[in-house]
Amino acid sequence: MSDLLSVSDLRITFKSGQESTEAVKGINFKIQEGKTVAIVGESGSGKSVSCLALARLLPPPSVCGVSGDINFQGKEVLKMDRAELRKLRGRGIAYIFQEPSASLNPVFTVGYQIAEAIKLHASNKNDPRGRGVELLEMVGIRDAAKRYDAYPHEMSGGMQQRVMIAMALACEPKLLIADEPTTALDVTIQAQIIELLKSLRERLGMTILLITHNFGIVKGFADEVMVMYRGQIVERGPVDTVISDPQHPYTKALIGCIPRLGVKQRRLVTIDTAMLEAAENAAPQEQNG
Amino acid sequence: MSEETTKPTLLEVQDLKVYFPIKTGILQRVTDYVRAVDGVSFKVKKGTTVGLVGESGSGKTTCGRAISRLVEPTSGQVFYEGREISGLSSNEFFEYRKKIQIIFQDPFNSLNPRMSVYSIIAEPLSIHFPSWTKEQKRERVSVLLAQVGLSPDHANRYPHQFSGGQRQRIGIARALAVEPDFIICDEPVSALDVSVQAQIVNLLQDLQESLGLTYLFIAHDLAVVEHISDDVLVMTEGKVVEQATAGEIYRNPQHPYTQKLLAAVPSL
Repeated sequence: MSDLLSVSDLRITFKSGQESTEAVKGINFKIQEGKTVAIVGESGSGKSVSCLALARLLPPPSVCGVSGDINFQGKEVLKMDRAELRKLRGRGIAYIFQEPSASLNPVFTVGYQIAEAIKLHASNKNDPRGRGVELLEMVGIRDAAKRYDAYPHEMSGGMQQRVMIAMALACEPKLLIADEPTTALDVTIQAQIIELLKSLRERLGMTILLITHNFGIVKGFADEVMVMYRGQIVERGPVDTVISDPQHPYTKALIGCIPRLGVKQRRLVTIDTAMLEAAENAAPQEQNG
Repeated sequence: MSEETTKPTLLEVQDLKVYFPIKTGILQRVTDYVRAVDGVSFKVKKGTTVGLVGESGSGKTTCGRAISRLVEPTSGQVFYEGREISGLSSNEFFEYRKKIQIIFQDPFNSLNPRMSVYSIIAEPLSIHFPSWTKEQKRERVSVLLAQVGLSPDHANRYPHQFSGGQRQRIGIARALAVEPDFIICDEPVSALDVSVQAQIVNLLQDLQESLGLTYLFIAHDLAVVEHISDDVLVMTEGKVVEQATAGEIYRNPQHPYTQKLLAAVPSL
């Protein structure tokens, strides 16, 4: 299989006044076509900004410096002009974000917003309404023809997230980036959305990059996992191997502090300063299957 | 187990109902009610933790708010140490505000950004102990900060200077300020990273042990609830559908809703 995306030495620096903070400190990764890769990390680890950088969605260079190479289907993303970027966003890379209620425009119907994506990016621009209804059906919204004219506030969080997925799929993207797609949702709805993404992945042969802080979701959904800590990838490998046998001290600590159903522990493991020091000094770990 | 059963009941809730009216038309006539909490009964024994799980909209938060009278219950009784507190006027309820405290979900919104940590924690002290001097309050705030794992020097800082986990510690210190017996923890760790979540859960357990606190722990995360609770209540659509010990509910869920909820949890 060929690499759909390859990222090398990606660095992201935020500037504020005289100070600058390096949020991502030179990360390298590749995503093969048809694979699902997950990035796991805590807030501030740099996982979300790394993914925003892939389609150049970060603030302008005066605020946020990006360097390195991002190669998507043989093209350098960081050297693209506006027209090329427009093609990349939507048809190349599409996003689903964490908070569906914040991502949808409250004053337009969901149908209008899906049609907008179709008109801007899709290969077949005829009959956006018909295509929109078809997409809503595909993401499992019942009575799609009627719901097409509904406003976001008339839908539940889970349905809103389905609409976001329909919008992302409108342009048949090569790579779908799902940034914490279920964090704002209840567990039963979360399970439904993950099932939906699984079935769509099979049907459309999509490549998915999943960003999450929840190891539970990664298991059973992703092929490979990368663990990010303070702007670096500290461990990567096949999901099952990393979860059952983590090598890097940070990964071990992170997996250790998750409370598990049916396992009675007196105290939860926490990440203390000694662990963080160990994590700081340890070399990145690469695991093979 | 025998130790558990001999503990006295601290709080008892009987057939608690909270209905919110739905008003329609220009006359704002009440046409129907949202039955947020619809006949909930349970007991909390002193020094134990009762977990209340449910999804958004199940009524779990409203239930906690009705017990602490942040919303008025529509009907039903709440007994505290055997005394009915649900019918009390707000003046009579005042002394129970000291005994029942709440820790809120979102440490970013539940702390006033314009108040220093000292003022945040000392505010309940000024209300409930008006005779205290400034030195007494300073002293107490320092003790509280140390208790929740912060440094007394933090008292002069403002909420934005703290991380999410540290802010939740400030919220906990504020709840502990008036020496309550009963704390309603309303999703105290849902907004936090897993490693920070573990620290806060451990802190709550340590405080329970050292201060003999009783908790009503409201959350949607079954694994966290199972870890911290002695008994668990499962709520959906305003009703408690299952009630059992934490171990039992996981090993042998009875109600289909509980089974569905457990099946949906992604496991490692």
